[in-house]
Amino acid sequence: MTPTATPVDNGVNVDALLGARQALTDTPEAARFKWRASCRWVRGTHSQSTVKSFFGLGSEQSHRTEFKFEADHPEIFAAEDKGATPVEYVLVGLASCLTAGIASVAQNRQIQLRSVKATVEAGMDLQGILGIDSDVRNGFDGIKVIYEIDADASKEDIKALVAQSQRRSAVFDIVTNPTHVTVEVR
Amino acid sequence: MTRAGITDVVVIGAGHSGLAMSRYLSAAAIDHVVLERGEVANAWRRERWDSLRLLTPNWQTRLPGHAYCGPQPDGFMTMSEVIGFIDDYAKKVSAPVRTFTNVTSVSPLEGASLDNGWQVVTDRRVWRARAVVIANGASSLPDVPAVGAALPASIRNLTPREYRNPKQLDRGIDNSAVLVVGASASGVQLADEIQRSGRRVMLAVGEHIRMPRTYRGRDIQWWLDAIGVLDERYDAVDDIVRARRVPSPQLVGSPERATLDLNALGARGVELVGRFVGVADGKAQFSGSLRNHCEMADLKLGRLLDRVDAWVAGHGLEKEVSPAERFAPTQTPEHPRLLVDLEANRIGTVLWATGFRPDYHWLRTPVFDRKGRLRHDGGILDAPGLYALGLNFMRRRKSSFLHGAEDDVNELGAHLVAYMRRVPPAESPPTTTNTSTQGHPLRLVDSVNLEFNFR
Repeated sequence: MTPTATPVDNGVNVDALLGARQALTDTPEAARFKWRASCRWVRGTHSQSTVKSFFGLGSEQSHRTEFKFEADHPEIFAAEDKGATPVEYVLVGLASCLTAGIASVAQNRQIQLRSVKATVEAGMDLQGILGIDSDVRNGFDGIKVIYEIDADASKEDIKALVAQSQRRSAVFDIVTNPTHVTVEVR
Repeated sequence: MTRAGITDVVVIGAGHSGLAMSRYLSAAAIDHVVLERGEVANAWRRERWDSLRLLTPNWQTRLPGHAYCGPQPDGFMTMSEVIGFIDDYAKKVSAPVRTFTNVTSVSPLEGASLDNGWQVVTDRRVWRARAVVIANGASSLPDVPAVGAALPASIRNLTPREYRNPKQLDRGIDNSAVLVVGASASGVQLADEIQRSGRRVMLAVGEHIRMPRTYRGRDIQWWLDAIGVLDERYDAVDDIVRARRVPSPQLVGSPERATLDLNALGARGVELVGRFVGVADGKAQFSGSLRNHCEMADLKLGRLLDRVDAWVAGHGLEKEVSPAERFAPTQTPEHPRLLVDLEANRIGTVLWATGFRPDYHWLRTPVFDRKGRLRHDGGILDAPGLYALGLNFMRRRKSSFLHGAEDDVNELGAHLVAYMRRVPPAESPPTTTNTSTQGHPLRLVDSVNLEFNFR
């Protein structure tokens, strides 16, 4: 491969990320974030969620706009299909987290990406959530993510990129490891 | 009460690195004592399992002025051989070792200036010294993760420090299975030994380093040395904090020079599961990240072998060594178990091969970071006259190995001797001033870039 003078640009400001890493090493309390969403029931299995504010760097923060998410179930569940199912949002979260990680790691490793495409598929046995078989869990029995990546790098380097992205991914951690969940009613 | 002993340097620990420093100080005619809580090579005598052998071949097992000269340069020392090797070294260098002397505190002597010296209190007597070298080992305290606290009381917890052999694990037929946590050198060796003894073993695997014992006909340590990996410096790696936490590679020193990776263990019936992350309702929880951890280790091994092959090609040695090869990817179970009922699976023992940390409970001076780790620049502490030795990747990747002591001792020894002579390094050009001591050329060095080699 011939070296080119074009700087690698995946649209990721790695210097800012590395600067934040250094700053947050020195001030661990600023590294403690709170992520939030609120959800309002509409009708049937349809609900509408919004995200706007979060907490981090020691103070309240906000997205530039409020983001809205419709969730429902498909018609074969006798629902009105007004949005993606909640489990599909989990897949969206995983794929977008890994993809963001790939872009950041690629930038840091000076790998120019041309296209990154992920397809995610997760298996689920409905005998779990329907209470038919108590040995079947409610959630996924596995998630498979397949990446097709076109980049200025060897196949091995691309694999290493994807592996490192999993290593640093919040959603990958959330779905592969147990998390305490507290649900209260006020 | 005995009067305080006065000396120039107190070395804490008569293991290989403390003894190597003693030799250096003697050569520089610097008065010192080596304080040892037990006997010479104490941890090797009392805190290792029976079948353990060094991970480095005999030809590589060397200390300054001392090397293996037996008939099996490609063999690996047993623990009794290591103890003999270090014992011989202590005698050879006439180290002033005070055995069975426990250090209970090290604190700055009160006085006008910071570099007034140090008071070292032991259970025998008190010492005062200008400098202290902390060489009590990188692996004193087992690092058991917090998840261990959640295990039911019926489970016995063991660490490699207490483990001796599989017989120790007999707890009856109902709880004879063992969960080994951690897949570094210790974890894979213990999983293998316990599985071979006829007990069922689960191995919880997180990040690990996969290595074949031999490659292209030579020991992997030969290649790591040749291509410069072992000499990589602490001030030249991207992230030294992370590099210091890299687990030991999956290696075993055996007369057969066998490779001991996860494929070998899996083929022998060891059940692989992901990182041990929790306990709930009597069930152990394992991470779903096993596949990625194995993939990362395979990729990292591939990069290492690429470097070896490039080195061979670059040196025109293709004909001198065996052909290049690549190893089969790590086989993980299709569906590694995520939840394991400890009682139903008869797991009676959890063996924590999750690493060790040094023990500095007696060090009474603020030289620690917020995680309790020693703050140091390649073994030079942030307190005048305090030094450390033998820590993981302290100055080089090989720092914690026996053969890693020589370069580190030469550099830190030079810094220490300069300090003892009260030559402020800042006022001297770091590489040009030469003084002479005991016939050895001595160059003053700064603490950032010590290229000095004392031979």
